[in-house]
Amino acid sequence: MTFARRAFIVVWKDLLVERRSKETFNALFFFALLLLFVFQFAVGPDRERLAGTLPGLLWLGFILTGLLGLGRTFVVERENDCWEALRLAPGDKSAIYVGKLAGNLLLMFVVEAILVVLFGIFFNLDLAGVLPALVVVIGLGTVAFAAVGTLFAAMTSQVRARELLFPVLLLPVQAPVLLATVKATEAVLLGEPLGSVAHWLKLLGAADVIFVVVGVLTFDFVLEG
Amino acid sequence: MVRIVGGVTLVALAAGLVMAFGVAPREVTQGNVQRIMYVHVPSVWVAYLAFAVVLVASIVYLARRVDGADRLAHASAEVGVLFTGLTIATGSIWGKPTWGTWWTWDARLTSVSILFVMYLGYLLLRGMIEDPDQGARYAAVLGIVAAFNIPLVHFSVYWWRTLHQPPSLMKPGPGTMPGVIVAALMVNFVAFSLLYVYFVAKRVNLLRREAEAAA
Repeated sequence: MTFARRAFIVVWKDLLVERRSKETFNALFFFALLLLFVFQFAVGPDRERLAGTLPGLLWLGFILTGLLGLGRTFVVERENDCWEALRLAPGDKSAIYVGKLAGNLLLMFVVEAILVVLFGIFFNLDLAGVLPALVVVIGLGTVAFAAVGTLFAAMTSQVRARELLFPVLLLPVQAPVLLATVKATEAVLLGEPLGSVAHWLKLLGAADVIFVVVGVLTFDFVLEG
Repeated sequence: MVRIVGGVTLVALAAGLVMAFGVAPREVTQGNVQRIMYVHVPSVWVAYLAFAVVLVASIVYLARRVDGADRLAHASAEVGVLFTGLTIATGSIWGKPTWGTWWTWDARLTSVSILFVMYLGYLLLRGMIEDPDQGARYAAVLGIVAAFNIPLVHFSVYWWRTLHQPPSLMKPGPGTMPGVIVAALMVNFVAFSLLYVYFVAKRVNLLRREAEAAA
């Protein structure tokens, strides 16, 4: 079996489990909806203040739903010794990483798309004009976030206090990605062209490459024991 | 051997103090507060040195599986966090009279504090995994991710905002610092580097004995 085929099997398995159990997605969607309420209550109805904090709130929404979603990456493997089965799978273990990463990206993109639409409706934003640029920024940021998140989810899945350890490890590492995405999103929402945030996009691109490569190269060691 | 390093470190630290408080002149605009630099700058140097050692030791551990490399990474991370903390503390003490505030989200303060929490997380991970072999592998992976993240932290935070005074030592062109200040700083660089070696050697020793006692 080729590398791509093995990675695809992991994605397919997780999608099938998710389709039948609808465990993660429904709860995540509901959580994202609740976040909107919380943000609205925290910032208040003042429109100008809301506009200033919007890029940060949007990413806070992505990060919080991402922490919950990514943290569950290997939870299905905990039951019935599936973790052992995953480790026994023949061939290069990094295919499992790529498969899990692809699944997480899919999950995050869907949740993010819903969140953006909800933000547009509830905070009365006209997103049609800035949508292509917004998609580029969110896409680049999400790959970096999910690449590290998938790796750390595997590392913390075997630890007792994993719900606590996962965000504590992930958030500091994501600090540069967060700074870059929030700044870039802010500029994009103000209608500036992508060229004006080229340095942030380059940083995010570099982060994507670094984190995916490190994840692929080190995943073997995580799954080993 | 460790004892000799300890003795030399003590002498070097004493020499550093003499240079910083006795030989180096009082700075004209900042006054005596500026002397904190002789502790602050060597501390941040040691912190970066320590995190670089974590990276190298982590890679060596994953490639060769020698327990010594794992202990070196562990010890170096602990000392690195200690000196990052010292950097933040001395910077704050300097910042209060000079900038008028203990803390500001300036570029380099932010980046050093991000390093601080990142490696605190590293130590937390080490503390939370009971199986020593698993803990060593996971910590090595995190040590590598964190080290590769350092340049990203620097660029992002630098573009985010900057207010810190530009570096006075390693910048291109002729130096602006008088020779005696540079000399005092250099003595402290050497002293702090020795202190790093001494702490790490002590800690590695202790970790080895703990492992032996547990085995």
